[in-house]
Amino acid sequence: MHELSVVADLFTIIEEQARQAGATRVTRVRVLIGELSGVVPELFRTAFHSYKKGTIADKARLEVKITRVKFKCHGCGQEIKTGDISSPDFSYACPFCGSKEVELISGRDLYLEKLEIET
Amino acid sequence: MEKSKKEVLVLEDILGSNKKIASSIRKKLEDKGILAVNLLSSPGSGKTTLLERIGLRLKDHFKVGVIEGDIETERDAERIRKIGLPAWQITTHGACHLEAKMLARIFDQIPADLDFLFIENVGNLVCPASFDLGESLRFVLLSVPEGDDKPRKYPEAFITSQVFVITKSDLLPYLPFDAERVTAEALEINPKLEVFRTSALTGEGIDALCQYLEKKLQELRTQNA
Repeated sequence: MHELSVVADLFTIIEEQARQAGATRVTRVRVLIGELSGVVPELFRTAFHSYKKGTIADKARLEVKITRVKFKCHGCGQEIKTGDISSPDFSYACPFCGSKEVELISGRDLYLEKLEIET
Repeated sequence: MEKSKKEVLVLEDILGSNKKIASSIRKKLEDKGILAVNLLSSPGSGKTTLLERIGLRLKDHFKVGVIEGDIETERDAERIRKIGLPAWQITTHGACHLEAKMLARIFDQIPADLDFLFIENVGNLVCPASFDLGESLRFVLLSVPEGDDKPRKYPEAFITSQVFVITKSDLLPYLPFDAERVTAEALEINPKLEVFRTSALTGEGIDALCQYLEKKLQELRTQNA
């Protein structure tokens, strides 16, 4: 349950960006949540909507885009876009050459992608 | 008058401020030749006990310090002080993980001539994995009674660590815990993991783990030289 800490850091960025852009209100917030970021989207939403009260984004809609895990295979060099990581059939091995020498290249990220503001 | 709406493209890392503080801590520690180790695990898997064993083994030849992260109480720091090592307690008062800024607040108290700085995170196999503290090495611990099915259930902790320590190995004969299976599963998630099997009770694996730490300290100092 560290989503509230993440949301607190998110609002520091939102308020700074809104100030720089001369916004009177933030109406939409779009974030990218990596499948392996450790953040649970449902809990993130709850934390966002309770935190936003009294801020410049207090009526803002939240859009969440989940970014899938991507690996690079050191065996054959291919990039692997994986399926659902929580599925029992999910394999960390390379589907092209079977190598187990794969490295995570994305899917851990948490990004504020964009804001919609009123000026 | 109608309000005008517009879109602002930001693309900023939400945890960027934590990462920035962590990078600055890492640089300061590595410049001083201090090897910092962040320990992650569930509550009760033996982080403090392992640190007591490692601390006792290393303290004759090295300067060792410990930062203890807990939600409440100074109990773990007191245990470490009892074996003669300096310990700094961070109580998070509810937060389920340590963040770099919590370390930054007490950073001035850390002596510059330490060899090893161990950071025992809040007992939790989930949240601490997302927060870089500026460590050089991350250990993930799993104790035998917790079960051998954990790596795939908690992949982030295993992906972000360099060392996997199976603790309480003295219980292996009594519990249906397949150490080979758990090792294979952890290596499937992160092939670069170094794996150790330890028991604080019998002492199994403690020497090997300490030798590994000494090797890593040497590597850090060779890089600095």
